[in-house]
Amino acid sequence: MAEEKVLRILVAKAGLDGHDRGAKIIARALRDAGFEVIYTGLHQTPEMIAEAAVQEDVDAVGLSILSGAHMTLFPAVISALKERGAEDVAVFGGGIVPQDDISLLKQAGVKEVFTPGISTQAIADWIRQNIQPRAGV
Amino acid sequence: MTKQEWWEKYPKQEERMTRFSTVSDMEVEPLYTPEDANGGDYERDIGMPGEYPYTRGVYPSMYRSKLWTMRQFAGFGTPEDTNQRFKFLLAEGQTGLSTAFDMPVLMGYDADHPRALGEVGREGVSVSTLDDMERLFDDIPLDKVTTSMTVNCSASVILAMYFAMAQKRGIPLSKVGGTIQNDILKEYIAQKEWICPPEPGVRVVTDMIEFCARAVPRWHAVSISGYHIREAGSTAVQELAFTLADGIGYVQAAVERGLEVDEFAPRLSFFFDLHNDFFEEIAKLRAARRMWAKIMKERFGAKNSRSWLLRTHAQTAGVSLTAQQPFNNVVRVAIQALAGVLGGVQSLHTNSMDETLALPTEQAVMVALRTQQIIAEESGVTNIIDPLGGSWAIEALTDRMEKDAVAYIDRIDELGGIIRAIDIGYPQKEIADAAYRYQQQLDAGEKAIVGVNKYVLPEERPMEILKIAQDVERHQVERIRRVKRERNQTEVREQLGRVHAVARNGQNLMPVLIDAVKSYCTLGEISDVYRDVFGVYRDPAWL
Repeated sequence: MAEEKVLRILVAKAGLDGHDRGAKIIARALRDAGFEVIYTGLHQTPEMIAEAAVQEDVDAVGLSILSGAHMTLFPAVISALKERGAEDVAVFGGGIVPQDDISLLKQAGVKEVFTPGISTQAIADWIRQNIQPRAGV
Repeated sequence: MTKQEWWEKYPKQEERMTRFSTVSDMEVEPLYTPEDANGGDYERDIGMPGEYPYTRGVYPSMYRSKLWTMRQFAGFGTPEDTNQRFKFLLAEGQTGLSTAFDMPVLMGYDADHPRALGEVGREGVSVSTLDDMERLFDDIPLDKVTTSMTVNCSASVILAMYFAMAQKRGIPLSKVGGTIQNDILKEYIAQKEWICPPEPGVRVVTDMIEFCARAVPRWHAVSISGYHIREAGSTAVQELAFTLADGIGYVQAAVERGLEVDEFAPRLSFFFDLHNDFFEEIAKLRAARRMWAKIMKERFGAKNSRSWLLRTHAQTAGVSLTAQQPFNNVVRVAIQALAGVLGGVQSLHTNSMDETLALPTEQAVMVALRTQQIIAEESGVTNIIDPLGGSWAIEALTDRMEKDAVAYIDRIDELGGIIRAIDIGYPQKEIADAAYRYQQQLDAGEKAIVGVNKYVLPEERPMEILKIAQDVERHQVERIRRVKRERNQTEVREQLGRVHAVARNGQNLMPVLIDAVKSYCTLGEISDVYRDVFGVYRDPAWL
């Protein structure tokens, strides 16, 4: 039986938003939960995030957005991944995102959006159940 | 009976929890008695309100003479949208203005910059040129209403616009009053909106302190802010310590510039967070006043008693609000605001119940403002100065906050000062560790949040929230393009050249900035000069 691959997750901060408390907590919690985690740092463009996802060969990108720019930035990251032939990298995220927008984002290909109050354990469980390792390159 | 004797009979095994601690995880005793005063000296450590070391308040008569300024932070969409909100707040009895700018302003980009895409007017008001600024403050009397502006790395440009606007309206700068946050050090520590590295950042702050001390005597050129430090996850002690350490950094820089400490120190102001733990917050504010008085008098040798005063704005903790059962937030805000008033603040913002969902609606803002008005007009707490002073618990907690915060400041001094400490990530890592520890306590149910990990409802009823019109961005982009087309291009080039030269030669930037914005040089263009001359700071991305 093949050894189970450890999922690699890129935790990313897109746009001009400097609120990184959530992103850093999630990154640490996912690392403690056994995932391989890479954190981009602040103020990344969608292109920088997609590039890092490809370079680091991650299975999913977790985007943190608290600036209200989610309707622009989530789709931009998805299309930047597509342009790099990495559309199979799952995109999920969290932040201050109204319910109506969450439905629209899911239609646009975002797998899940977590809002304030979620436990880090719940996010780790969701990843285990919903993110598959990408096919080998 | 001594406390020890009482403690021996205390039914420890009957306690509900194995450990009682504040929201900052500071363990507290079940009871405080006169024995906890630790031989404290009333005159030396507590004293009278309006007297050194100001533990009981900065003014002798406190709220019996003048209530705190009720100052709701507001800003969204176009300058016209926010101007309308300002007028609503003033009509409802608010006594000062406080401006929230959008992310592009906070990072030094114009509305038409590619990096501004999707962010224009979303989290604050969009301002790129003096034209936007004039629309934002249209019909607002700049010589009567004091204005606070929350902006940091691009603060010099926004302040230049405000002053230029006053001059164009014929109001002398000596009559203009207000505050600009302009606390760049806490950006590297917590809020993380920056352009250039800390050293040139502090140089620009010092230019503004110097300019205002000499030309705009009613202006607070920096509001040394613990709010963002706390919101980033620090403990109350860390908030207190890192804020005062930043203050020490600015005073040091201004003194090194050759300013007399008493020339500028009376205009330094502060900004603290008001979190959930009631007594801890009151103790923090009391300790802050005492510590700052000692720092100014003993460390910097300030002689003017006004230099010793820590005057502060405070805001209830945004981070404490919950998206779940949002009406509960009204109660949280009321308790936090009461802590601020009992802690003796000079100015207060109360958050709106819906701010964890979106920017607040007019209705939600009104409830928040009314919360302050009820505390001020109905509760009676304003009748007695520092009514909790002398409580053994409050005095013991105040002493404890001071002792722990002094230890942090000593550590920062050992590291070579706050800029050096930031360079190696010391405060940043301390805060990240505290934030992670708190999240683990929440996840384990050791700390309770009503409606989130306790008393959870199976289904939530959605609340009406404010939506920012989709066309704000297009509107602002068109406007800046028009301004850029219609301005005198030769003049713009010359002015930007002057800003460049002064940025390099180390003279005070403010006079050339005021001229530059009058020629409609944009916020982004001037920020580009800073990027070019001072370099760009990048997130070290410590986890």
